[in-house]
Amino acid sequence: MSAAAAMPESGAPDGADRLAVRKTYKLYIGGAFPRSESGRSYVVRDPAGGFLANAALASRKDARDAVVAARKAFAGWSGATAYNRGQVLYRVAELLEGRRAQFAEEVRLTSGAPLREALEEVDAAVDRWVWYAGWADKIAQVRGGANPVAGPYFNFSLPEPAGVVAVLAPQDGPGSALLGLVSVLAPAIVGGSTAVVVASERHPLPAVTLSEVLATSDVPGGVVNVLTGRVAEIAPWLASHMDVNAIDLAGALGAPGALADDLAVAAAENLKRVLRLPAADWAADPGVERMFGYLETKTVWHPMGT
Amino acid sequence: MRFEYAPAPESRSVVSLRDCYGLFINGEFVDGNSAFKTISPATEEVLAEVAHAGPEDVDRAVAAARRAYERVWSALPGRERGKYLFRIARIIQERARELAVLETLDNGKPIRESRDVDVPLAAAHFFYHAGWADKLGYAGFGPSPRPLGVAGQVIPWNFPLLMLAWKIAPALACGNTVVLKPAETTPLTALLFAEICQQAGLPPGVVNIVTGDGSTGQALVAHPGIDKVAFTGSTEVGKEIARVCAVSGKRLTLELGGKAANVVFDDAPVDQAVEGIVNGIFFNQGHVCCAGSRLLVQESVAGEVLDALKRRMATLRLGDPLDKNTDVGAINSRAQLDKITELASSGDAEGAQRWSAPCPLPDRGFWFPPTVFTGVSQAHRIAREEIFGPVLSVLTFRTPAEAVEKANNTPYGLSAGVWTEKGSLILWLASRLRAGVVWANTFNRFDPSSPFGGYKESGFGREGGRHGLEAYLDVGGGGDA
Repeated sequence: MSAAAAMPESGAPDGADRLAVRKTYKLYIGGAFPRSESGRSYVVRDPAGGFLANAALASRKDARDAVVAARKAFAGWSGATAYNRGQVLYRVAELLEGRRAQFAEEVRLTSGAPLREALEEVDAAVDRWVWYAGWADKIAQVRGGANPVAGPYFNFSLPEPAGVVAVLAPQDGPGSALLGLVSVLAPAIVGGSTAVVVASERHPLPAVTLSEVLATSDVPGGVVNVLTGRVAEIAPWLASHMDVNAIDLAGALGAPGALADDLAVAAAENLKRVLRLPAADWAADPGVERMFGYLETKTVWHPMGT
Repeated sequence: MRFEYAPAPESRSVVSLRDCYGLFINGEFVDGNSAFKTISPATEEVLAEVAHAGPEDVDRAVAAARRAYERVWSALPGRERGKYLFRIARIIQERARELAVLETLDNGKPIRESRDVDVPLAAAHFFYHAGWADKLGYAGFGPSPRPLGVAGQVIPWNFPLLMLAWKIAPALACGNTVVLKPAETTPLTALLFAEICQQAGLPPGVVNIVTGDGSTGQALVAHPGIDKVAFTGSTEVGKEIARVCAVSGKRLTLELGGKAANVVFDDAPVDQAVEGIVNGIFFNQGHVCCAGSRLLVQESVAGEVLDALKRRMATLRLGDPLDKNTDVGAINSRAQLDKITELASSGDAEGAQRWSAPCPLPDRGFWFPPTVFTGVSQAHRIAREEIFGPVLSVLTFRTPAEAVEKANNTPYGLSAGVWTEKGSLILWLASRLRAGVVWANTFNRFDPSSPFGGYKESGFGREGGRHGLEAYLDVGGGGDA
């Protein structure tokens, strides 16, 4: 069992003779692990109310920093070959598999599920990541094509990534902590977009650990940025941010009030692509709607002639 | 040397205008409670009175569309729907001359364009989509994609019949019924299209046309009885509609404004590029969302290109839109002319240099001469805002990377052009431009099989091609993709 797992609140020495080294859960922005610039943190608890960890409570400034980092990473990530993106993402799955026990423990602690179920969720999450990794160099063929225009042009349409996308990870529910997170993050980045993820407020630990996996993978810094904190506080800044191109409202669906509506209205200011898919059974076949939702279609008229 | 042209007016006699037109609801023309006049922008003569649809009329139209959807259209096999669309396409071709003259009268665009572009493309759109109606299961959206229901469609005044075709053809092919609102200043070809629907024997209620102003459009877009909104028009109104649909959860596609860069490299054939620049910005008086309104020309050839451009602009013939030799017609409305005039003045005030083609403007009607601004900086309003008129802003660049930077420096992302002899440079630039349509060594080409639509604030969704079908199909979720 990795030392990264959260500790009980008692803080008693873990074992007979040594004091455990506890993990500090931080944000992941631009490939680095800063604390919130606000200096704030919040207590993450298990379902029984026991202390699990302190997590960073991200602020508006953190969200903006994350968008800047994601924009900076966009040219490189979207410009990489599809084959390369596929390789890089598959490598992430390899690393996830290597941390299977750590993820399972975090899922178990945060969701209260038995270890066997937690392991199943981790396995499904790894498999899901592999599934998306394999999509990287298929998207253009499935989504693009030649158009038989009446004229001397080679006309073709290709999918292109939307740009910087804000992903509100699912907040709660079976399988949401890791499988749900992977199911909303992977489709955002596989096509070449870069992401700012707002992790589940109550279950952020697998998200932070995932960001550690990403940091040690070949995914360039800034391609994925992970914020922990209150979705109701951070999401409005992302929804109204003029340099964000798309937003997935998964994590706002069950929120009190009309948060999802408010975010969708704010998103209209720069006509973000808004993904508002019905609440998902994360274990089910994910389909392609989420992945395709982050794609633009570019049509090029190329001249033909001698 | 200057060529003299004898007048060559297209005859108006092919069009029989009525004094007043009703709303087209449930297969019949019905009276509205009030009416407004539509004029010819070239002469300011009143062409006809047209009914103004209020909320209760929109209600009736939506109810008719819903009935037709549930009782007839959604139950009809695809091949039968397709045959109706083929019929409509044929009738558009048969009545092409009439449609072209009417379009030119009501819109002010040159007959050469309505005859050679608008009407043939409208027919082509119906032909193309007719064939899809019984093949939707092969379109890549699952084995049996379902229609959405009733579509509310709001279209602009720049290509009245063509935009109608872009909206109605895919909607009907996919099994939806429609309520369409044409633009306030250009309702007549839509009403003639309503006659064509009658002539084709289209079941009542499948197509409904409600004329009116912005309030009619608002009532339609917000109507709880429609499942899908499709809008082409300004980005400002598009954002408002996006807010409305954000709450109602209706499916939405938006095709909005643009500020396209037309990038000319130093190896481009100058004469060909100049034709493309002229076509890019003066086609349809620049009333084109994808108009090439920002010319980015490589510094080393800027002088040569601009000289050739001005020479060419001086030969453009502005005047009677019905004259077959006319290149540049009338501005569509007084309001649009005021907007163009105001933005052009801002160009003067901000320090750009204006040059207009030396063409006399008619005394009556709304006119603006083909105009080019040089010395434009990226901060100028005429480089940032959509003018939607015959006004070109010229900027220069030195390296391809600088061209990319400047071309993408806009909240819009609808279209772009590139002029070079080098195929690899075309594809290099095309892959870096954040725009939905990229024309290489051409501009303002359209085809029903070619998806059209924008990135960023130019809207979302595509119209035309296989991709455009998705906007009118339930592909298994509630996404806006």
